[in-house]
Amino acid sequence: MSDFIEIKNLVKRFDISGGLLEEIRFKGGIHRKKTVVHALNGVSFGIKKGETVSVVGESGCGKSTLARCVIRIYRPESGEVLYNGTRVDNLSSSAIKPWRAKMQMVFQDPYASLNPRMTVYQTLLEPIRFHFPNVSRSEADDRVATVMKQVGVDPDWRKRYPHEFSGGQRQRISLARALAVKPEFIIADEPIAALDVSIQAQILNLFMDLQEEQGLTYLFISHDLSVVEHISNRVVVMYLGSLCEFAGTEQLYTDPKHPYTRALLSAIPRFGSEGFNHLRLPGDVPTPINLPTGCVFHGRCPHADERCRREVPALITAADGRVVACHGVEEGRLEWL
Amino acid sequence: MRFFKKITGSNLFYNFLRDPMAIGSATVLLFLIVASFGAPLFAPHNPYDQTTIDIMDAELPPIWTGAADADSRFLLGTDPQGRGMLSTMLYGMRVSVLIGVGAVVLQSLIGIIIGLIAGYKGGRLEALLMRLADVQLSFSTYMVAIFISAVFQGIFGMGVYSDYALGLLILVIGFAEWPQYARTVRASVMAEKNKEYVEAARVIGLPQWRIMFRHILPNTMTPVLVISTVQVANAIMSEAALSFIGLGMPPSQPSLGSLIKSGFDYIASGSWWISLFPGIALVVLILSINLLGDWLRDYLNPKLYKD
Amino acid sequence: MQKQEPLLSVRELSVAFKMRDCVLTAVDGVSFDLDRSQRLGLVGESGAGKSVTGFAIINLVSRPGYISGGQVFFEGRDLATFSEEEMRNIRGNRISMIFQDPMMTLNPVLTIGQQMIETLKAHRHISKHEAEKLALSKLQKVAIPSPEKRLTQYPHEFSGGMRQRIVIAIALLTSPSLIIADEPTTALDVTIQADIMELLLKLCEEEEMALLLITHDLAVVSQVAERIAVMYAGRIAELGSTEAIVNTPQHPYTQGLLKALPQKVERRKRLNQIPGNMPSLQERPPGCAFYDRCELRGEICHREIPRLEEKNGGLVACHMVKDAAGKEEK
Repeated sequence: MSDFIEIKNLVKRFDISGGLLEEIRFKGGIHRKKTVVHALNGVSFGIKKGETVSVVGESGCGKSTLARCVIRIYRPESGEVLYNGTRVDNLSSSAIKPWRAKMQMVFQDPYASLNPRMTVYQTLLEPIRFHFPNVSRSEADDRVATVMKQVGVDPDWRKRYPHEFSGGQRQRISLARALAVKPEFIIADEPIAALDVSIQAQILNLFMDLQEEQGLTYLFISHDLSVVEHISNRVVVMYLGSLCEFAGTEQLYTDPKHPYTRALLSAIPRFGSEGFNHLRLPGDVPTPINLPTGCVFHGRCPHADERCRREVPALITAADGRVVACHGVEEGRLEWL
Repeated sequence: MRFFKKITGSNLFYNFLRDPMAIGSATVLLFLIVASFGAPLFAPHNPYDQTTIDIMDAELPPIWTGAADADSRFLLGTDPQGRGMLSTMLYGMRVSVLIGVGAVVLQSLIGIIIGLIAGYKGGRLEALLMRLADVQLSFSTYMVAIFISAVFQGIFGMGVYSDYALGLLILVIGFAEWPQYARTVRASVMAEKNKEYVEAARVIGLPQWRIMFRHILPNTMTPVLVISTVQVANAIMSEAALSFIGLGMPPSQPSLGSLIKSGFDYIASGSWWISLFPGIALVVLILSINLLGDWLRDYLNPKLYKD
Repeated sequence: MQKQEPLLSVRELSVAFKMRDCVLTAVDGVSFDLDRSQRLGLVGESGAGKSVTGFAIINLVSRPGYISGGQVFFEGRDLATFSEEEMRNIRGNRISMIFQDPMMTLNPVLTIGQQMIETLKAHRHISKHEAEKLALSKLQKVAIPSPEKRLTQYPHEFSGGMRQRIVIAIALLTSPSLIIADEPTTALDVTIQADIMELLLKLCEEEEMALLLITHDLAVVSQVAERIAVMYAGRIAELGSTEAIVNTPQHPYTQGLLKALPQKVERRKRLNQIPGNMPSLQERPPGCAFYDRCELRGEICHREIPRLEEKNGGLVACHMVKDAAGKEEK
């Protein structure tokens, strides 16, 4: 089965140097210096129809930027995003409109993701009227009621404002807004990070139910490794804007290959296990402004050698479909671990 | 009825009822506005009606002074043209408030649109618009107003000027102060535009103008409301100052400022009331607006107000 | 054997917030003991009252909140009888606090060294040189590389994880007997969270400090604490040894919560969900606060607030849990 969504070599940089005056440097003559954040450095992977692929990594690893590049909130510097074989990253804002209905997004903060001045009804009606201008008012109203029921919010509450709902209910409404235009692919950026455990379970179940009922495809962004393990078919591990490892969930969690994946997985707080025995990583995550040479992880990797400091590791696809970007794994140095 | 309930049940109203200063200033302001806009109903005379004015009544003192020439028809005395002070002040205050509100509506229209575009679009356009605002701010309102009014009076003469004075003053004062709004709106647009509901609107694919006006604008209205109170007071003050130096409302349709000015020439000859009463009215009007604005700013999140 | 007097003893502690037209009870009759060098975890959802409890212990509830009832005994003495002066001597000296945001403790315009020396001088008569030596040794204890250099740096020059280490070092300065840590790692990444938690655990053992760990994260608390108190809607629902809470939870809320954890459920299977939300402060029911969401609820639960009672070796506040030991049930 070929990939439904294909992400090829995506690169995104942010210029944070501000105005012209802030860019000017006087060191050794006057010149302009741009400060650039390297948020994504060539990320590639594919998502099959109907599956859930999760992206995990620590804060600043570029996972949210990745989500926003795929859904075209940001325009990537280079690379391609293919939807069912069609390139969508270079379309103009008017040409992309039909794809906007097929790809939707759910956000992290249930308090900021709904317009506080619009009722639930207005929020849900807007995308329907915009993408299906020919549907009648009553059909649109029916659609609003249907999506509200699908996410478990009583349609009688449609005249209420977001502040009248709890965090979990708002996240349901957010999901309803995404579902309103009948999408096939939903990107969820940390959709449960701001919720309490018992509410998290409700929302996760809802995600899984909707996937089963409607055959949705998910790109799920999260820092919570236990949640990712639970809901994903395959997992992408990112570090400092680069892809470290991409493998089936079972495979990745039982037999991680990349040294960073190993450290990350060992640090998951395990319920009911006493004390700690995680792999300790020396130092801090480097800033994405001055990227390290070679492998971005080499400064903290216990197995780094000269080649890792020099050469950026390519993505190696193993026979079992797993993708790893590590010289050590490629050379077989780390196999014994 | 539901609307009324919504207001009385709100936090704003609750907070209002517990602040004597707010209640006091709102009461005074309401009184002044009702009195001035209801002037045709309440005022004993119509100062615009030339037929009722008798130049022989000029400069009569207020009745309680007990002076020999005090006239029972004129509670607060009369001005140099023989118009009753009380009636003239009520009509004058109406002119002042009209100019203040009109100028602020104009300011806010220009400022909100420019601030919204600058804040949302960013980049070069933002830099251009905001530098334009800086340039505008570096000319004082008075300088701009004096220049335009003087040129207008010079070219068209006093007669034409009198006919258009009200509109012209609204335009001049309105245009001079739009950067206040542009800056405030831009600051809060920049805070709002990165919120996830805006991203969600972009993911839906809504056109930019719709995101700007339908989604972002309603959420930036709180600080606009707060500066509007201050700006109305400022605009009334500006008009009074311009009128005082003779570049504002003509004596035939006096505002509070031109009343103060018309009495100023007679203070030395003992007719203190012609300047004093409009002066007091102006101070009370400005003070009540500013106090109400202060309360509103304290009630609404003060952090939003900062540029 | 005579049981040793607990280090911290909280008795029927209540905290209320005075609102516009009502008084809301955020913490409602919370009682627990914490022995010397023991680690207790206080877990609950946001709004359960766990942080407020932490603040109430050191008498730092900010307005419009106030302690509306109960007592807190620290080293056998009732903290309510202390003057503000004596209370200051307890806070940051005998009891140290660690917050979620390190910048609540750190002053951005002072160097780390200045802040540590200042803290020491506030509580000890000590020379600057000695203070510096002590500060250095504490920085070494929290594994900060090149501590001499670090003393002269400002908080913004450190990463989030390093800042939290510095906060821990400051907390250690006065060798307190109790540390109250309020969500100390919630803002940090997993790898750093594991480092910090391990450090905190190690230090508590080495320095014989007691720890009150306030967190929403059941997994973290189960790795660190010896006993766990589960809070729900301002009251303690269940209190027991970590082992008991993990393996044999008694309260229906605790049971539901544990089954909602993805780690406890087979992959891709539906998680157990507790229907509804925790009642907000305004809408607490007259009886058991969990009544609306409970599967086991009975008629009595609606009427009567369950008391925290010893059942099957742990403390549970539930009418429906039977004590296997055969004690009389009402």
